[in-house]
Amino acid sequence: QDCTFFTRKEILRLHGRYYEMAPNVVPMDYTKDPDVKLPMQLIINMPELKENPFKERIVASFSEDGEGSLSFNDFVDMFSVLSEMAPRELKAIYAFKIYDFNTDNFICKADLEKTLNKLTREELTAEEITLVCEKVIEEADMDGDGKLGFADFENMISKAPDFL
Amino acid sequence: EDKEEDESKEEDNGSQQNRASRRKNYQRKNRNGKKAREEGSQKKDRGKTAPNKDQKESENEEKKTTKRGKEGENKQKKGRKNSTSSASSNSSDEESLSEEELAMLKEQVEQKKKLISTMRNKPWRMVKKLSVLREAQDFVEKFEGALGKGKGKKLYAYKMMMAKKWVKFKRDFENFKTQCIPWEMKIKEVESHFGSSVASYFIFLRWMYGVNLVLFGLIFGLVIIPEVLMGMPYGSLPRKTVPRAEQATAMDFSVLWDFEGYIKYSALFYGYYNNQRTIGWLKYRLPMAYFMVGISVFGYSLMVVIRSMARNANESTADGDDNNFIFSWKMFTSWDYLIGNPETADNKFASITTSFKESIVDEQESNKDENIHLRRFLRVLANVLIICCLCGSGYLIYFVVKRSQTFSKMQNVGWYERNEVEIVMSLLGMFCPPLFETIAALENYHPRIGLKWQLGRIFALFLGNLYTFLLALMDDVNEKLAEEDVVKNITHWTLLGHHNSSAGNDSTVTPAPLDPADVPRGPCWETTVGIEFVRLTVSDILVTYITILVGDFIRACFVRFVNYCWCWDLEAGFPSYAEFDISGNVLGLVFNQGMIWMGSFYAPGLVGINVLRLLTSMYFQCWAVMSSNVPHARVFKASKSNNFYMGLLLLILFLSLLPVAYTIMSLPPSFDCGPFSGKKRMYDVIQETIELDFPLFVAKIFSYLANPGLIIPAILLMVLTIYYLNAVSKAYQRANAELKKKMQMQREEEKNKRNNKANTNPMLQDLEDLLTPSTKTETPPKQAEDKKIESPNGSSPARKPGRGEALAGSPMAGGRGAAFTPPLPVFVTQPGTLGIRAPYPGQPRPWGHPLGPVPGRGRGQPCY
Repeated sequence: QDCTFFTRKEILRLHGRYYEMAPNVVPMDYTKDPDVKLPMQLIINMPELKENPFKERIVASFSEDGEGSLSFNDFVDMFSVLSEMAPRELKAIYAFKIYDFNTDNFICKADLEKTLNKLTREELTAEEITLVCEKVIEEADMDGDGKLGFADFENMISKAPDFL
Repeated sequence: EDKEEDESKEEDNGSQQNRASRRKNYQRKNRNGKKAREEGSQKKDRGKTAPNKDQKESENEEKKTTKRGKEGENKQKKGRKNSTSSASSNSSDEESLSEEELAMLKEQVEQKKKLISTMRNKPWRMVKKLSVLREAQDFVEKFEGALGKGKGKKLYAYKMMMAKKWVKFKRDFENFKTQCIPWEMKIKEVESHFGSSVASYFIFLRWMYGVNLVLFGLIFGLVIIPEVLMGMPYGSLPRKTVPRAEQATAMDFSVLWDFEGYIKYSALFYGYYNNQRTIGWLKYRLPMAYFMVGISVFGYSLMVVIRSMARNANESTADGDDNNFIFSWKMFTSWDYLIGNPETADNKFASITTSFKESIVDEQESNKDENIHLRRFLRVLANVLIICCLCGSGYLIYFVVKRSQTFSKMQNVGWYERNEVEIVMSLLGMFCPPLFETIAALENYHPRIGLKWQLGRIFALFLGNLYTFLLALMDDVNEKLAEEDVVKNITHWTLLGHHNSSAGNDSTVTPAPLDPADVPRGPCWETTVGIEFVRLTVSDILVTYITILVGDFIRACFVRFVNYCWCWDLEAGFPSYAEFDISGNVLGLVFNQGMIWMGSFYAPGLVGINVLRLLTSMYFQCWAVMSSNVPHARVFKASKSNNFYMGLLLLILFLSLLPVAYTIMSLPPSFDCGPFSGKKRMYDVIQETIELDFPLFVAKIFSYLANPGLIIPAILLMVLTIYYLNAVSKAYQRANAELKKKMQMQREEEKNKRNNKANTNPMLQDLEDLLTPSTKTETPPKQAEDKKIESPNGSSPARKPGRGEALAGSPMAGGRGAAFTPPLPVFVTQPGTLGIRAPYPGQPRPWGHPLGPVPGRGRGQPCY
């Protein structure tokens, strides 16, 4: 499968995982292109995602309807993008989606605050959060509109040393 | 269905167009010599691929036209592809310009393949991907077969697979390597709770442990083990035997604890070694080995310290260049998406919070400004106070050392009097740093700078202590040397007397050998020095551990458990929990290492003790930190490279080299103990080896090399080289700064450009419309596309890199097309196709579009 970064075997294994989560809903063979979706609640309880503070966002940004339910295609897509082989540009795109909480195609201050709170489990004080958010905007905002567009985001993230 | 129809139409088109292009092509060939050459190379290509095509296509008459037809069709396909998959690579645009005369079918298929392989990089929904993929795959299959490249595909796939495997292997190997790093998890755990500054201490400790292991291997492998295996056994020589007077108490614990008795006469100390030139059946030259190991300990340490300093410096310049996005990076890239373990996740959360706090403190620090006069006054005051402290401690040590000299002349002094120097030094080391810290609170520096000041001050304190100690030791040694002369005579006379008496009694019987324990012997100052260092090290270890146990653990327990029944809040109030004292610990480690370096020549076993110490302190301190310390109230980020520590270590190394070198070079070794006994100076062992074991010319060469006439120019040369390299590095630094400035400017420019882009774009479009009426039909879709690029709606921006890549990927094709192709013929072919194509509905863009955008974008197309 050229659409993903996985081999055939890996995709089959993924399907196994997908099937495991809801054996009564997911059919075993996909030759007839059935339209099956799994709700977010099931997906985010996977051990791979369980500890991730952005799990809801990750799942939501990969789901076709934006509600968080994933078809198997979306599911494979998600793991493909998150896999090690995916290039940084692709990851940057999805990372942007993930951090864009209100899906307005911009990362605004509210998004940043949410991100920060998730990252630190709300251990920072309110002033600290505002300070950090202001600093982020100041650093990365190129066009001066007070929020980060994708261009800003990509510019920033492409220079980051440990963006995986 | 519909598409098939399109295709057939297109094919007609293609052949038509191709004929035209061929005509044009010939013209051009005449015009340009260079072109002809290219064509030649092309023909080779064609020759290869043609036969296959012949079979497939029957409608064309000659090979060349077949080629053309094929090519045209290709192009059309590509055009179609572009239109259906709005975000496929732009490379075909370039291609179609140049392929008018360059039938690079191969390249095209290659590009298709690239499209397929980059398919996964496109941020589309899977469904869309699948459909586009199928189309592209069909295409490739069809034309790959035509090109006879099917076989190559397998090889290619194999190659790709191998490459993937290789990458995977490398990654696994990296993982393995990280797993092999000892204590990595422990340190990470500490780091996540206490921040990078505390972790930097542990990393330093680990590094030190590695260095000491190597030293340990060196000394044990080359000196101690050969001596134990092949040297003369204990009791065979006076130097290897406990004297008669001490034998009664030699095994007592209190004696052993002072490193007297049996320990003193063991391979752990200098005095035990014999001056026999070779030992054992291997003819191992022990004195020589002893000397060389002593030197190489210093050589290796110097090399390692300097190398790691250089590496650290490299690293710090490598990633310290772009710190514009500290917070953004922290925000968006700090979470590790591979974490699946709740505990690790907890740690990660803690560490992210800590790192945010560190940056916030940094930020606030840089923004703050207060009453500068008051602060200056306070800083001066603090420095005065600290200098007073230093002087006081120096005097105290001097006083104690003087006193201990008088004590040593007295008989039967108590335990306290004997150990007074060590105790005072340890106490000073324990109480001065906190005092300094209290004083430093007046200064109100940024914690990172504060740490450096603190380190510098404690360093001065310790250094003063150490050198006072050394001076006292020197006095001791000189006394011992004087004593030695006397003893030497006595020994001589004793031996002689013994010999005479036995000879006088019975000349036929060989004299009964004097028991080695009874021979009077000199004080052996080397062993004394060694014992001093070992004692100091051990007492230092004990003091450190007891401090941790009492100062941290007991305090923590007290605070925790007594807090339930106390009148004020102990945890928040006065005693509270201890913070981890980075500066004190680092300096303790550094000075300990200095002691090891100084002492290891006279007490080879010292390194072994040190290895044990580092090992235990790694575990002990890790435990103590995690169990009974609290993170600093002001967390701060340690500088990434701990070059400051390394600098201190280098200084200490140099300082500890001095006394050892002095004793080796200018003091005579004891006459009756150690591997160099009987020689005038210790380094004589080298001369001896050269004279006796090497051929004559080596000795000659050596004597030439040692000639001052050669050494002085060499030193001069070295100094000049250093000067030159220094100048060069400065120049580079300047260039670097310049470049950085330029990058900054570029960034600003980019920023401005982005702001203005909205205005400039329509203008460009207008210009374009005016200049090329034939492309007019194309502009609307292109504009739409441009807009799409601008609006970052998640999917379209992906084109940007793709586009750039494509441009970079085929610069030859594009460049050639621009340079050699007169633009007019291109457009001659254009209207025809456009006219036919345009009426078709359901086609988002005319397929001829690829020809347009290059001039449209205004990217270096001078012809228009």
